[in-house]
Amino acid sequence: MSEPLLCVRGVKTYYGRVQALKGVDLDVNDGEIVTLIGANGAGKSTLMMTVCGNPRAREGTITFAGRDITRLPTHEIARLKLAQAPEGRRIFPRMTVLENLQMGATTADPAEFDRDLERVVGLFPYLSRRLGQRGGTLSGGEQQMLAIARALMSRPRLLMLDEPSLGLAPLIVRQIFDAIRRLNAEQGLSVFLVEQNAFHALKLAHRGYVMVNGLITLTGSGRELLERPEVKSAYLEGGRQQVAR
Amino acid sequence: MAVLAHSAGESGRARRPNIARERSPFVVALHDAGITALIAFGVLLPLIGFQTVQNINEVLVLRTRWPLLFSLVAIIGASRFVYAVSVAPWLARRAARPVAAAPPGWRSLVGRWFVPFAIGFVIAYPAIVLFSAGFRGALKWVDNFGIQILIYVMLGWGLNIVVGLAGLLDLGYVAFYAVGAYSYALLATHFGFAFWILLPLAGILASFWGILLGFPVLRLRGDYLAIVTLAFGEIIRIVLVNWVSLTNGYAGIGGIPRPSFFGIPFTADDNGFAAVFGLQFSPIYRTIFLYYVILALALLTCFVTVRLRRLPVGRAWEALREDEIACRSLGINTTNTKLTAFAMGAMFAGFAGSFFAARQGFISPESFTFLESATILSIVVLGGMGSQIGVAIAAVVMIGGTEIMRQLDFLKDIFGSTFDPTQYRMLLFGFAMVAIMIWRPRGLVATRSPSVFLTERKTIAADLVKEGHG
Repeated sequence: MSEPLLCVRGVKTYYGRVQALKGVDLDVNDGEIVTLIGANGAGKSTLMMTVCGNPRAREGTITFAGRDITRLPTHEIARLKLAQAPEGRRIFPRMTVLENLQMGATTADPAEFDRDLERVVGLFPYLSRRLGQRGGTLSGGEQQMLAIARALMSRPRLLMLDEPSLGLAPLIVRQIFDAIRRLNAEQGLSVFLVEQNAFHALKLAHRGYVMVNGLITLTGSGRELLERPEVKSAYLEGGRQQVAR
Repeated sequence: MAVLAHSAGESGRARRPNIARERSPFVVALHDAGITALIAFGVLLPLIGFQTVQNINEVLVLRTRWPLLFSLVAIIGASRFVYAVSVAPWLARRAARPVAAAPPGWRSLVGRWFVPFAIGFVIAYPAIVLFSAGFRGALKWVDNFGIQILIYVMLGWGLNIVVGLAGLLDLGYVAFYAVGAYSYALLATHFGFAFWILLPLAGILASFWGILLGFPVLRLRGDYLAIVTLAFGEIIRIVLVNWVSLTNGYAGIGGIPRPSFFGIPFTADDNGFAAVFGLQFSPIYRTIFLYYVILALALLTCFVTVRLRRLPVGRAWEALREDEIACRSLGINTTNTKLTAFAMGAMFAGFAGSFFAARQGFISPESFTFLESATILSIVVLGGMGSQIGVAIAAVVMIGGTEIMRQLDFLKDIFGSTFDPTQYRMLLFGFAMVAIMIWRPRGLVATRSPSVFLTERKTIAADLVKEGHG
């Protein structure tokens, strides 16, 4: 593996005067599941949004598949096959499930569209029964599945997920994480997962990063991080201690 | 007064279960009506019953208007009685009935046949009017009702692209209408170009202005966008008022050439339409021709919109209305999407504007005030944002309603010769709008029809190939 698929170097992002990211380095290699965990307000979502170009990084570089995307507009980044299921799902509530999926598709060829649809719906069989239904009438878990499915319609090389487990029952969370694992194992899709649900995320991921106050404080394989006492105390056992920086 | 009667009835009904359990509904209704009439009398006595008039010596004299007062009270009492006897029990039964018994077949039947029937009706409309009202009477019906309503239907459909589909609240839509009208008026009077050349040109110019407005407001949404578009509409109007050397200011532009029938003018002389086709001259031919022109333009607007909804750009408009951030993360260029929405909407307004100028023969900034924008916007909102049929119905009701109020001369016999029903137009619009927003908050036609379907629901395999996926 010569060069990582996604390569974030020294990225600093500001909201007005407030610095949200204080120089972040992060890599996602081809065929890897990488997770980023951290407390609320640590800057996890900001990092993901910065990769997508909104807000922009004030310093540092972001390259995707060997191409510098730091200054690219959001929609052009998305067209480089870097798909994102943003925080809060953000499906189109008044459009049907099928239309939602169609919005994610980039192909104009109906036959190809059908193959993509079959592949995506095969992953989330729930959706096949809901294709004609309006997106807003789905349950939270189904909406999350739809958001992921929609992102997959563009045949991405890298899928970025922001808190897919947010507000979902444990059973649904397991289904979604299983789907991610299958995608990675069967189709070699790279996944960048931002999660609060540290235990599940680290168990799923090949590698993980821990973010505190806009900085990466720990990194290692998922299994390693699960064993680390700082991670355990801060994210796995109810946060009795602060993470020592 | 309706409100009055209603509130009186509410209190009457609230008391009824305790006092009068065994009384027959007829007696209850009579009781209800009596109380209502009494309250109406009490309230209306000072409002209607007495009137102060200045006599010749400029002294105020108190006059009574007993006939008017008692007829109003009688009307209120009688309506309350009818309501209590017929409507109230029906409402109570409906409230008590379980919801499951609802879906009757007529609804889908109406849905299926409404559009073909409506299109057939508007195509046959001039002929129907000619037969029923004769040549002289038909002019009013084709011009004031047909053409006037169709202009607003077209404007409503045009604005529907911007507001209904793309979700960009535009309060200055009339500016593009004005651009289209003045483009046609100026180019036709100064350079003598024909209507059919200037029609597309006016559309292009208007859409150019649409893009020009679009650029600075790309980042704005909702309230802020509305304010800026409102300002834009006013800027255009004030420029039209003040640039006297070009637009002739308030005096307007007159003598705008009328469209001809493929080169044959609608005049009374030997080359005129009537003479060429061996008919008796009548202004009705031009009017009917104009009617079909605006009908064709309106149907073109509708057709283009319906087709665009199934193309990527139309779907992007709708997605943009739903969630802009999600759109961007899916690779949609929101800048271009918004600009195309503005440009398309403005283009159809430009078409309508040039038609308006050609039909009137005279235009002035008076025709392009904010009230016009508000009317068009309320047509879109009342009709149901994004619904073509709803917008058309709302335009017919609002514009047709105004015109009908001009025709209600018999009301003068009841309320006196100074009574002008059109003055109550805004009041009635206000009531209609409040009523619709209470009972149908998403507009008359609130359901959004999906732009893609599955022919068979259970599988997602090869049968999908038949669908047009853009």
